[in-house]
Amino acid sequence: MNFELTEEQKMVAALARDFATEVIAPRAEEVDVQAAFPVETFLEMGKLGLMGIPFPEDYGGSGGDTISYTLAVEEIGKACGSTGLSYAAAVSLGAAPIYYYGTEQQKQDYLIPLAKGETLGAFGLTEPNAGSDAGGTRTTAVLENGEYRINGEKCWITNAQYARTIIVTAVTGKDERGRNIISAIIVPPDADGFTISSPYNKMGVRGSNTCELILDDVRVPAGNLLGDPAKGFKQFLHTLDGGRISIAALAVGIARGAFEKALQYSHERRQFGTEISSFQAIQFKLADMAMEIELAQNMVRKAAWLKDHNKPFTKEAAYAKLFASEMASRTCNQSLQIHGGYGYMREYGIERMLRDTKLMEIGEGTSEIQRLVIARQLGC
Amino acid sequence: MNIFVLMKRTFDTEEKIIIENGRIDEEGAEFIVNPYDEYALEEAIVLKEAHGGEITVVTVGEEEAEKELRTALAMGADKAVLLNMEDMDEAIDHYTIGEVLTAYFKDQEADIILGGNVAVDDGAGQVASRLAEGLQMNQVTTITKLDIEGTKVTIERDVEGDVEIVETSLPLLVTCQQGLNDPRYPSLPGIMKAKKKPLETIDFDDLDLDEEEIAAKTTTTDRFLPPEKGAGKILEGSTESQAQQLVELLKSEAKVI
Ligand SMILES: Cc1cc2nc3c(=O)[nH]c(=O)nc-3n(C[C@H](O)[C@H](O)[C@H](O)COP(=O)(O)OP(=O)(O)OC[C@H]3O[C@@H](n4cnc5c(N)ncnc54)[C@H](O)[C@@H]3O)c2cc1C
Ligand SMILES: Cc1cc2nc3c(=O)[nH]c(=O)nc-3n(C[C@H](O)[C@H](O)[C@H](O)COP(=O)(O)OP(=O)(O)OC[C@H]3O[C@@H](n4cnc5c(N)ncnc54)[C@H](O)[C@@H]3O)c2cc1C
Repeated sequence: MNFELTEEQKMVAALARDFATEVIAPRAEEVDVQAAFPVETFLEMGKLGLMGIPFPEDYGGSGGDTISYTLAVEEIGKACGSTGLSYAAAVSLGAAPIYYYGTEQQKQDYLIPLAKGETLGAFGLTEPNAGSDAGGTRTTAVLENGEYRINGEKCWITNAQYARTIIVTAVTGKDERGRNIISAIIVPPDADGFTISSPYNKMGVRGSNTCELILDDVRVPAGNLLGDPAKGFKQFLHTLDGGRISIAALAVGIARGAFEKALQYSHERRQFGTEISSFQAIQFKLADMAMEIELAQNMVRKAAWLKDHNKPFTKEAAYAKLFASEMASRTCNQSLQIHGGYGYMREYGIERMLRDTKLMEIGEGTSEIQRLVIARQLGC
Repeated sequence: MNIFVLMKRTFDTEEKIIIENGRIDEEGAEFIVNPYDEYALEEAIVLKEAHGGEITVVTVGEEEAEKELRTALAMGADKAVLLNMEDMDEAIDHYTIGEVLTAYFKDQEADIILGGNVAVDDGAGQVASRLAEGLQMNQVTTITKLDIEGTKVTIERDVEGDVEIVETSLPLLVTCQQGLNDPRYPSLPGIMKAKKKPLETIDFDDLDLDEEEIAAKTTTTDRFLPPEKGAGKILEGSTESQAQQLVELLKSEAKVI
């Protein structure tokens, strides 16, 4: 067993860290306060090749592995949760399904610009009445004269206003047991009848673009179907498994940011005539935070390693996502506590991290759903 | 254009450095490409983009330096050469490195060699100049602007804050100063490609060098960190009285005037 990262992985992490420190971090507060999507940042990330890390060069990617990608998500998320979420969603949800399930033509048309970072990808699964229960999807796509006619509504879809390619899930029929067949279809945002807006005022990840999609008799060619028509559900479950690793990495990144600030602050802040880091109550908090971050990071790396080696990783991705997201909320909360009244103020950036990281317990499968996934893997 | 870059692996002077018994604790130190050499590499890439050619990055060091060479390859160098000193029994200083580089470059046909102005670890600024002397090649140090047309070269160099304009010709060695350019990040595809690019290791004794002849001319007797900065002094009163006090202190306490 070898816990050492490869030279390439270390270089990817160093590159992402430098870029995150110099470009992303200074913009983080504004991105949050103004709820301003950092378009420029994404264009620069595209030029560096960050948007295409896990895709081959033939498709405009960088030819890296999942571990390298998680290292980049961690560093970007550490600097700015909003940027981290849009990054993870663009790669894991927007581009990855096209790489896994797209035809050669679809990869040429859609994956290459995504991997090069010329545009962002979005993946629309959630509906007002179908969140955790994705099987309850109500959006429909009816095949007529070689075209799908799509009707329905999607909510909280990340990046859709900045995407040239939006994948939506829709019911396309029923199987022999009378259950809905759910398929994934690529829809261009400028299609007639397709309305994309961002009407939400969010608690955290405020600079990440979160959209409502309304599809009113939207027509796309039958060739826009992504992957196997009958296996849409399985496909997006697999997509979400991969996405969970990146959300876990994002949570680790945010937690590391909060921990580093807490450690530093504990040495600077003096009360009762001494650094607060000399109080055991503070030391124990810091010890727990550091330990949990390391554990979560190891789980993320293991899940990513399994994925890179084409081994099953559903359970490990759920472990990583569940533990890392809950750990990050605890860590940000404790960091805020260590900062006392200052932590409650915006300028310290800790309250933002706490607000941002809460999403990690909800998006791409809530904590409850992760426990459900794990229990199923255990044979329950 | 046949472009060469001299690169040094150094510890990061912005990170914590621990010195024990006159030696730097390498376990605890962070190692990087010498920042001034990044200007050299960036300029090399700019030259290649404008004039075509090939970039070879050269370092004198030990196996660990492969990591920094890979970084240079990821930024855009085409080939890397490690002049390996592992088998050297004698002490090494700037003279030694200059001799090893000179021996290597005697067999190369360089149009231009770019180095950093100084290395941030010892700040000597000697190696590149020694190489130019060894090769009897034109050299211009601390450059902040470089234009090449044919074999004619126009350079702006930093002279204690002033600018000097120099005209010279290829082949040429220059050392690069802050302000010359903004080094790029290595790109992700660059990082992935770096491991496939050639990295050649040449043992110094394969360069027909005699260990004793190139042994260090200097000895390092001690190393120590600069003294901790003491608490500052804030002067009070009117501007005029503050200036008075300052002059007094510079005379009596700092004894600099
Ligand atoms: C900022 C943001 C970005 C998002 N981006 C995207 C995106 O890009 N694409 C996309 O498709 N979706 C996206 N989502 C939606 C997200 O995936 C859903 O919010 C999530 O899946 C939960 O669904 P829900 O909100 O409808 O909650 P519900 O499913 O209504 O859950 C409510 C509560 O009930 C619990 N619960 C539900 N079912 C069970 C059960 N069987 N057992 C136990 N407990 C259960 C849940 O855990 C939760 O605590 C985003 C959401 C947000 C907030
Ligand atoms: C919105 C808001 C309203 C407020 N309103 C008022 C007000 O009306 N009037 C007023 O006077 N103040 C007010 N405060 C200040 C508040 O009472 C202080 O923030 C609080 O007492 C903590 O002090 P501190 O922020 O300086 O944190 P610190 O005392 O610096 O504490 C930092 C961390 O160190 C820990 N710590 C400190 N000492 C020890 C120790 N001996 N052992 C173990 N751990 C220790 C703390 O528990 C905390 O986790 C307000 C603060 C806020 C944010």
